[in-house]
Amino acid sequence: MSNHEITLTINGETVTRTVEARTLLVHFIREDLSLTGTHIGCDTTSCGACTVLVDGKPVKSCTMFAVQAEGADIETIESLAAGGSLHPLQEGFWEKHGLQCGYCTPGMIMSAKGFLAEHPNPTEDEIRHGISGNLCRCTGYNKIVEAIQYAAEKLQSAEAGGE
Amino acid sequence: MIPGAFDYHSPRTLDEALSLLQKHAGEAKILAGGQSLIPAMRFRLAMPPILVDINRLDDLRYVEERGDHLAIGAMTREHALEDSQVVRSSYPLLHDTARVIADPLVRNQATVGGNIAHADPANDHPATMLAYHATVIAKGPSGERKIPIDDFFTGLFENAMKEDEILTEIRIPKPGANSGGAYTKLERKVGDYAISAAAVQLRLDGGTIAEARIGLTNVSAVPMRARAAEAELLGKSVSDAVIEAAGKAAAGECDPSPDLRGTIEYKRDMTRVMVKRSIHKAIARAKGGN
Repeated sequence: MSNHEITLTINGETVTRTVEARTLLVHFIREDLSLTGTHIGCDTTSCGACTVLVDGKPVKSCTMFAVQAEGADIETIESLAAGGSLHPLQEGFWEKHGLQCGYCTPGMIMSAKGFLAEHPNPTEDEIRHGISGNLCRCTGYNKIVEAIQYAAEKLQSAEAGGE
Repeated sequence: MIPGAFDYHSPRTLDEALSLLQKHAGEAKILAGGQSLIPAMRFRLAMPPILVDINRLDDLRYVEERGDHLAIGAMTREHALEDSQVVRSSYPLLHDTARVIADPLVRNQATVGGNIAHADPANDHPATMLAYHATVIAKGPSGERKIPIDDFFTGLFENAMKEDEILTEIRIPKPGANSGGAYTKLERKVGDYAISAAAVQLRLDGGTIAEARIGLTNVSAVPMRARAAEAELLGKSVSDAVIEAAGKAAAGECDPSPDLRGTIEYKRDMTRVMVKRSIHKAIARAKGGN
């Protein structure tokens, strides 16, 4: 067994903790840092509920060890509503009814955030391909796709100074 | 589910990684993208006492043409293959494959080297690399070895590398003129392993199939070439009958196991269909189409 001191940035804050090598990133986030917005769904690398951004890329935090995140920049769902106002993705999920039970939503939104950073003006097919690692048992995905389209348009117009 | 305890090392250079493997011979396991190994550790199917994490070896991340081949660094993420311009334009079989491996989240972590070294017949790259006639580069304490892909897969989850070697690069020969390739995968859902999938790479000479290599996914205990199917194509003029014969040959020579994804009969017949579809697409691409 080995313990390791790691320093990383999470939602803009630098934290240093000692972790056992076998601690999964998702357990570190939820239990050591008490950020419980990131969910554990399947425990088998299938569902994407635990998706967080690691250096901007969406990954399954149940399939990475916390010790591997040394020096990384991590974003979780808690980082999105800056200053209490909803992020365009959160607003899109609200406006377009992109959730029912909400369990998959934090992972779905973080996956969409990483996707939109690389595809700011996506087609519907690209969105469906982009979120295909995240399972939702309620919505049938159509409303989620609409929510992401809403966010893409809003982010684009903000980019163009149209806010 | 929590993995068993282990000692963790994160070398910064390939030499450091190699000396760790030598020092802990028989105990150390390499951690690449971790998308197969970490789930196996969580189920306690794998309990390596020591992990050597090679994710800090940034020198092993590249996709570029060098001389007569495409060189892919072993730690290249699948995502990078999917986005690579040279892969998209000149290696359509590889691009097809990169787009259907697991799911986008897994592809952000999973590596090409890991996919191949794991030697899982359900993984997608083995069939593709068999069809491409790729070469695997393995580095060990006594230097570098080139392993032809046909000699690489030696058993279920077993490959031709020694315990103190690291897979560093995969080389795909540049396809000649009038070449084309395609990967067709039947899966129940995104992220599942294939029910069956077929990788085809071929070259046309006029209306004749001058070269053809076919790899199959998840229909045998060891990643396999469909040699009987290849023989049905070689030297023949392109026709529906020839393509059907190749599909039937592949269905006959594969050796699937029955499971949740289907019976032996179903998997054989789907192998026939996947092989035919990949051949059709490969021929269309060899003629300059998409």
